[in-house]
Parts: sequence; C-alpha cells; structure tokens
Amino acid sequence: MKKPIIATASLAGCFGCHMSFLDIDERILDLVELVHWGKSPINDIKTFEQDCDIALIEGGCCNDEHIHTLRDFRKHCRILVAVGECAIMGGLPAMRNNIPIQECLEEAYLNSPSTAQANPEQILPNDAELPALLDKVYPCHEIVKMDYFLPGCPPRADLIYGALTALVTGQEAKLPYEVIKFD
Amino acid sequence: MAQKITIEPVTRVEGHGKVTIHLDDNQQVTESRLHIVEFRGFERFVCGRPFWEAPVLVQRLCGICPVSHHLAAAKAMDMIVGAGAGNGLTPVAEKMRRLMHYGQIFQSHVLHFFHLASPDLLFGMDADPEKRNVIGVIMEHTELAKQAVLMRKYGQEIIAATAGKKIHGTGAIPGGINKNLSLEARDAFLNGINSNPDLSADKMIEWSEAAIALLLDYHSSHTEFLDGFAAFPSNHLSLVRPDGALDLYHGVLRAVDPEGKRIVNDVDSRDYLDVVAEEVRSWSYMKFPYIKELGPKDGWYRVGPLARLNVCDFIPSPKAQAAFEQFRAYTKGKPNHMSMHYHWARLIETLHAAEMMKELLLDPDLQNTDLVTKGERCGEGIGLLEAPRGTLFHHYQVNKQDLITMCNLIVSTTNNNEPMNRAVNAAAVAQMTGKAEITEPMMNAVEVAIRAYDPCLSCATHAMGQMPLEVTLYDAAGAVLDQQRKGM
Repeated sequence: MKKPIIATASLAGCFGCHMSFLDIDERILDLVELVHWGKSPINDIKTFEQDCDIALIEGGCCNDEHIHTLRDFRKHCRILVAVGECAIMGGLPAMRNNIPIQECLEEAYLNSPSTAQANPEQILPNDAELPALLDKVYPCHEIVKMDYFLPGCPPRADLIYGALTALVTGQEAKLPYEVIKFD
Repeated sequence: MAQKITIEPVTRVEGHGKVTIHLDDNQQVTESRLHIVEFRGFERFVCGRPFWEAPVLVQRLCGICPVSHHLAAAKAMDMIVGAGAGNGLTPVAEKMRRLMHYGQIFQSHVLHFFHLASPDLLFGMDADPEKRNVIGVIMEHTELAKQAVLMRKYGQEIIAATAGKKIHGTGAIPGGINKNLSLEARDAFLNGINSNPDLSADKMIEWSEAAIALLLDYHSSHTEFLDGFAAFPSNHLSLVRPDGALDLYHGVLRAVDPEGKRIVNDVDSRDYLDVVAEEVRSWSYMKFPYIKELGPKDGWYRVGPLARLNVCDFIPSPKAQAAFEQFRAYTKGKPNHMSMHYHWARLIETLHAAEMMKELLLDPDLQNTDLVTKGERCGEGIGLLEAPRGTLFHHYQVNKQDLITMCNLIVSTTNNNEPMNRAVNAAAVAQMTGKAEITEPMMNAVEVAIRAYDPCLSCATHAMGQMPLEVTLYDAAGAVLDQQRKGM
C-alpha cells in the first residue's frame, strides 16, 4: 500500500504546536516509516507536486498571505486538521480583535519607550513588500472547511500522535480525556 | 540591467519573512533586505490585562522558547510585587527558574544544531534538497538523530518538571515559583528518566561534548567556509554576571566594539532605556535596535551565543570553560566576527547548560518550600534575560487596579535585525553578483546565512529544517526573468 502523504503549515501561530508534535520524541522514528512527508517546513518539498492526504494546520489567519496559504492547502489536501487554539478559534492573537489595528501599530512603533524618540518621522511599517493585515484574526474554519480539530495550547504530543496515526491507519482514534485535556 | 530579486515567503515562527535583493546595471548587489512580514500587536492587547497574567500570556509569542518570555515577564512582575530585581527571590525560587531556563537553553540549542544546522554539515550546503533535512538525518544518521531526539526530550522534561508543561507552562509567578522539585524527579533526572541511562544528566554532558567535537572535526575540513562565510565585524552585546561570568538568567548589560573595547560598561538592566533605542523602517515589522550613544549608523550590534562568548570573561562550569578558552584562543582573545561560528558558540553553551542542570539538580535548595517573596507593590517592572537567541527585554507599567498599562518588548531576534540583513547581503554579494540565473544552492546559501543566527522569527522552520523560499528575478521593467520555489 502507498504511504499516506502528510503536510504541515504554520499560519498566525507561535510554532508551539509544531514543537508539541516534535515532543512525540522517539516516535518520530516510527512515523518516518509510516508516512511520506510532503510540503512542510520540515523539508524542502517545493510545492504541492502531488496532492496530500492529511495536513496539520497551526495558527489562524491574520494577514492575506495566511488566507492564500490556507486555501492552497484546502485545494491540495484530502483532510485538513486544525491543530491548537489559534487554528480553532484565533487563539491569543485574536485578543487584538476588539482593538483597532491602527492602535496596535501605534503602540508598537510610536509609543514604545525605546522607539518614541528614535522614530521622529513617525514611521509605521507599510511597505508594498509587506502583506496586508486583516481587520481581525480569523479561525481557519471561517476561511475554509476544516475536517478535524485538536484542542490545546498546544495540544499534547499524545493527542497529535494518536489522531494522526488513527487517520493514517483508518482506525477510530482512542483519545481519552487525559489526552485531550490541557492546562 | 537593474534587477530586483525577491525571496519569499520565508516562513517563520511568527509567520512569514521575505528577502529582496537589488542588482544594478552591472549585476552588482546594491541592497539586500530581510523583511519581517507579520505583526500581532502583543504590546497593545496585553494592556488592560491583570499583571499576573503576563508570564503566561506573552510566552505565546513563541512556542520554541516560551520559557524565555515566561521568565522575563515573571522577572518584571517580581519588581511589581516588590520582590526585587533579580536578587529578591528565595533560593528555591531562583534555582527552580534557573533550572527551567537552562533546560530550555539546552533543548533549543540542540534542536537548532541537530535538526537545522546538521543537515547542511552532514550532507553539504549544495546537497540534494530531498535529502538535506531532518528526515534525511534520521534515515542516514539514525544514531545521531536518536541522540538529538533524546537530548531535546531531556530539556523538555526539565521544563515540564519546573514549569508544569513542556510548552507554555505556568511555573514562574510574580515573586517566585509555584512548586519545588520532588526527590523522585531529581533522582530521575540524575540517573535517567524512566530508568533509561541515556536520559541522565551525565549523558547530556557527554553528548554535548561529542557535539562540539563533531563541529570541530567539520571545521578542520571546512575551515575556509566556516571562517569566511557571511563574516563581518560588529559590536556585541549581552548580559553578564557582575564578575564577568556568562550568566543566562540575570546580569548587567555589557557591550564590546569590534576590537573588544568595552562600550557599554556593566549597566543595571533596569536602565536599559539609557543603553538601547529602536529605529523603525517602513519595510519591516521588526525594529532595528542600536546602542544609543553610538547612534543608529554605528550602534547596531549582535546578540546570542557568539556575542555572549565575545562579551563574557569566563564560563562558570569547568568543561564549558575549557571549550571557551579554545574558542577565545582561535581569535587570539579578540571578538569573533564569523557568523558561522555562532554554531560553535551555541554548542559550548549547550555544554554549559548541561553542566548547570546537573549542578542545580544536586542542590538541596530545590526541595525548599518557601516559594514566594512579597514586598512593597510598585508600578513598574523591567525583566531582562539571555534567551537562547540573545538578550530579551520586557518592560511593563501597572496601574493601581493591577492592570497593565504599558508593555514594551525587545525580543532577542530583533537585536540581530541589522546583522541578519548584513549577513543576507554578504551571502547575496558572494553568490549572486553577475549571475542571471538562480540556482537552488544559491538560495540555500542565503538561508544558511540567516540560519546561523537561529532567528526566532524562523526558529520553528529552523528547528524543522529548511526555510521555504521563493526567488523571483525581475528585469528593470518588472518583467519576470526567472522564478524558483522551495518549501512553502
């Protein structure tokens, strides 16, 4: 049987979910046997040269690039898994959703005590090279259809491993409360 | 024909970055920029939250080194609750935090060296990209990969035992810590987690020494590359213990110029605003810090392992001290400006962290029960520490209702903004001058230059292997001449 192809992406997250994935420790050696790694920051696979079976998505969407990336993943992946609170509901970055984005920018670049006097021209980053910030941070399922959701900040390594191996082997996932619970 | 080369996106821990390289009519590189393209607004949305939430909120900046933000915020909150500035905690509280911190330095440095840097060294910078990643290491160097996995696991388990969780823990609280270390946990770390002798304190020291030997062996056959690639002189800044020792948890601010002359002389960390300021440029969300007295043009500096070993006088643990002496002798006691030597410095710190973990585990203070200090409440807190990637600054003001009213963060990688831009430029000049076609090794060379700094904006991608890049070569009229993609 052909090995399933796995892809991963980090959008507006902190990469803690990818780190938690790495916390499967020695089991990564088993996983290398079980799956084929597709497009991911873990390797140099350039594009979706072939479609993937399962993609793990960390982070919500805070700029237009994230939306573009997420739609690209939906197009090329059979199963999309929202991994962690940011992908599921925007997470901590969504704390900015009640605040006008201009205020966030001014706080960081004009009012900061180490910047206030060092920025006499009141420059805010706005170059054409920078992607457009969205009005708020969006969870993944508001942009595309998501198939599964793994809660946690980050989800436990056992949860990520259990869910992934269940999807790979086509078995029902055994995920008791202790594995799903976090904090 | 004038050209602009765009490398995008560079996926980072905090989103994406990209590189633009401008070439003039004679195919000479005129300017290179590393753009940090994501903005999350922590400084603003933390305002209005109760101060005791800060250590758990702000660590969500980064899942690679959350302990750094957790502890820097906790140190600032120590001042808020009147527990002093780095000197007012009980012995158990300070030592638990130090153990947590050295556990994190250890796991982060291991992750960076083995998962990120080693594929370039083991397979070569221009090796087949299909192989040149951590999976390739697992397939072809299984024993080394297993070692890396176990070393990282050890550091993560230390963090879990001190912070409560491997990622985004809760151990440090304003004025102290919320638990001590049990004797069972201590014995497990000393003798081997789950009775596995490969997960013991001594094994971590042994494997750290082996990693330094591996790098020095590589250096002996690739001297020109490691010494010459993306090297340039700079100032160096870090915290040091007042007696000049390397200390990653607390110290005074010191900086040296390219010749090693002291230009910031052991300033109290609470006076950081007298030392540094940050410039804003329109093309990046990452600011450009500089030493105030020297101004933005001359005052930029490096931070992180290389800077720390250039700034400190000695390392207070015997094996790392011996390695440090060899490191300093290589540049005859003068500051080391070779970007690729960040890897060497990082591994010496890895060994130091392993030695410190063992020393702390043997300290009976870790079983004390006086966990928290309280004093006179005040309205301002400043916490600095040396994170894996360099000096980290946290500064807060808190009102009478216990709510945060101001938050200023200078994260480690931000300090290296100008140096990373220069490293990108150096790599671009060396690789792309006079070239009309972009090759994969050329792009990887730019990655290698950035990667030496282990920037947190990409440390995740780092941790995992390659940074995704897209390079587009435009002519002066904006027409696409050539396009190459890799990664995302």
